[in-house]
Amino acid sequence: MKIAEKINKASLAQWGKSLKYSLHLIVHPFDGFWDLIHEKRGSMAAANTILVLMLLIKVWKVQFTNFMFILYIPEEFNILMCLAEAVIPLAIGCVSNWCLTTLFDGKGTLKNIYMGVCYSLAPYVLLQLPMIFLSNIVTLEEGVFWSYLNSFTYIWCGLLMLCAMMMIHDYTLGKALLAAIATAVGMLVIIFIILLFFSLISDGFAYFISLYKEIAFRFY
Amino acid sequence: MKKMQIIRRILCLLLVMFLLTPAVETKAEANYYTYVYDYFGEQRESPDAYTAEKVVMGIDYGIGNFNNPQGMFTTENKIYIVDTGNNRIVVLKVEEDRSISLEKEIKTFSNNGAEDSFDAPNDIYVRENGDMYICDTNNNRIVQIDKDLKLVQEIVKPVDETYDASQEFLPTKAVVDPAGRILTIAKNVNKGVMQYSPDGRFIGYIGANEVTFSMIDYIWKKLSTQAQRAQMEQFVPTEYNNIALDKDGFIYVTTSVFDEWDLLGDSAKPIRKLNSMGTDILIKNGNYPPIGDITWGNASGVSGPSKMVDITALENDTYYVVDRVRGRLFGYDSQGNLLYAFGGIGNAAGTFLYPIALDHIGYDLYVLDQRAGSLTRFKLTEYGTLINEALAAYKMGDYDLSAEYWRQVIRVNGNYDLAYIGIGRALLRQERYEEAMEYFEAKYDAENYSKAYKLWRKEWIEEHIGIFMVVLIGALVLNWGIKKIKKIKKEAMEE
Repeated sequence: MKIAEKINKASLAQWGKSLKYSLHLIVHPFDGFWDLIHEKRGSMAAANTILVLMLLIKVWKVQFTNFMFILYIPEEFNILMCLAEAVIPLAIGCVSNWCLTTLFDGKGTLKNIYMGVCYSLAPYVLLQLPMIFLSNIVTLEEGVFWSYLNSFTYIWCGLLMLCAMMMIHDYTLGKALLAAIATAVGMLVIIFIILLFFSLISDGFAYFISLYKEIAFRFY
Repeated sequence: MKKMQIIRRILCLLLVMFLLTPAVETKAEANYYTYVYDYFGEQRESPDAYTAEKVVMGIDYGIGNFNNPQGMFTTENKIYIVDTGNNRIVVLKVEEDRSISLEKEIKTFSNNGAEDSFDAPNDIYVRENGDMYICDTNNNRIVQIDKDLKLVQEIVKPVDETYDASQEFLPTKAVVDPAGRILTIAKNVNKGVMQYSPDGRFIGYIGANEVTFSMIDYIWKKLSTQAQRAQMEQFVPTEYNNIALDKDGFIYVTTSVFDEWDLLGDSAKPIRKLNSMGTDILIKNGNYPPIGDITWGNASGVSGPSKMVDITALENDTYYVVDRVRGRLFGYDSQGNLLYAFGGIGNAAGTFLYPIALDHIGYDLYVLDQRAGSLTRFKLTEYGTLINEALAAYKMGDYDLSAEYWRQVIRVNGNYDLAYIGIGRALLRQERYEEAMEYFEAKYDAENYSKAYKLWRKEWIEEHIGIFMVVLIGALVLNWGIKKIKKIKKEAMEE
């Protein structure tokens, strides 16, 4: 009952509208990202939808693309790893970007950054899905187009992310590029800290476990 | 009652099944195993394609054991063994019943009336007219002797500005091409294969390694000091270690001087097929370049890549190389696919202490072991025969027969990638594209799959073009019709 109330017609329409907005955004990135944040044309629901679709297509891409382009070996494929490949860098990237831009007077909040990144993934959803079909109807020689299209998707997404950073934080291009590099460095630092943290924790646990074993062996 | 009957029936069936199961064949297996590499570069065990049939030693013929033999040459039914340590050539004869007997020992020859002998000969080549070309290494010459053991000519150090006059001429391997040109490999000569005219004049070198010089090396050299530069690796081109001719007169050479890391990227090229210009024309369509072992572990003191010491090319365009590191023989087809690898280091029949020379008579392979002083003959097994028959049938254009042989190979060894691709290729020729695609996809052969798919797609479109046209025209007509009706409606409304 509660859920049904929440998903009323108006919010559904709002979701549809904000999702449709991504189509406008990917071809008009500058105005698009400005309005996304400042005119509230985007929504978290739509951003999440795009991310989920992107993850789904990522898995499908490995599974259903013709073996000429991506060799799918079932016994070596792990869906969780495949998802983690996309989700973990995105999450760390968002956090790292937010950490740095708050220090260097960026205007965006973490929510804004997340929304911007998710909307930037829209070309991936739009292009990679037909490319799965395409890969199954082309020959190896025609496959060059597939490869070009593949690279093109990534470049498009990357440029959109750069635009998103410029518009969300109100940066100039130079500053945005600098921030992108700093974000990458920040990501490495975060990963380093995570690893350090886990290794310390496990060492700590190991200490207590060995302590317990020592005592246990003494008394039994 | 009925239940009993069923149980009895089942028992009966089981008994019959047990009886029908063939008894497990037990026989003394050879102490080596045969394998191929699959698409992922993993070793896959396979049935033996060649089996060690016979091992002979010098002592079998009462002529004393071979001492450090270095070279071997085979003609239709004769085997010439160069017994380096004993300064002699031993000629063996393969009889009709496949037994091997001693024909003669050559220790001396007539040098214009005077008796002459060899000093540490390294290799021999025998032409069809019986002329023998012997690399008389420590005498710094190649001697050409006719079949009556009379010296025809001596080939000596070239008087040429490209050859350092102070350097000794130590020929180690020689072949003579159909035109009578003498091709030789000499120690400490890294300019390629030395070529002499039939009358013994030095012509030049062929097959020299192109010296590559990269930009990064250049920058490093500029930045480093004189002392550092002296420490750096020199750009020394490869020295070949063996040479063989195939039936068409192409030259196969092997080298074991290369950088380990250049192997998989195929810039080391341990096996080369040279044309008369000296260009490498070896076909490499396999998943991996022909370099012997693809992965090399480090066990019991054996590590590093395969080091080829000899090569032989069979009449059906397959070629075999022998690796002295692990004592293995590798067979490749004309496309550079590994057919099978077998052999090993050891004392049992079919393994070697230090293989040094390899040659063939028909499909039989002869391997000379330098340390054991033995000669091993390998003959094809049933499985090996099937593979070679399949290759031969495909080459002859009999694709049905070839597919039939490959199917039999699969029955024996389901891990044999080439068999699947072979069947696929035969199906492709028979215009059964969809089945061919299945076979290619099973072994990840993208190139052939693409070929089959292209043809299948063409056929499919040609079959369905009618439906496409009908749908297309239908859509156009419908579109036009709707527009017309709308227009009429609009007009009616306006009125």
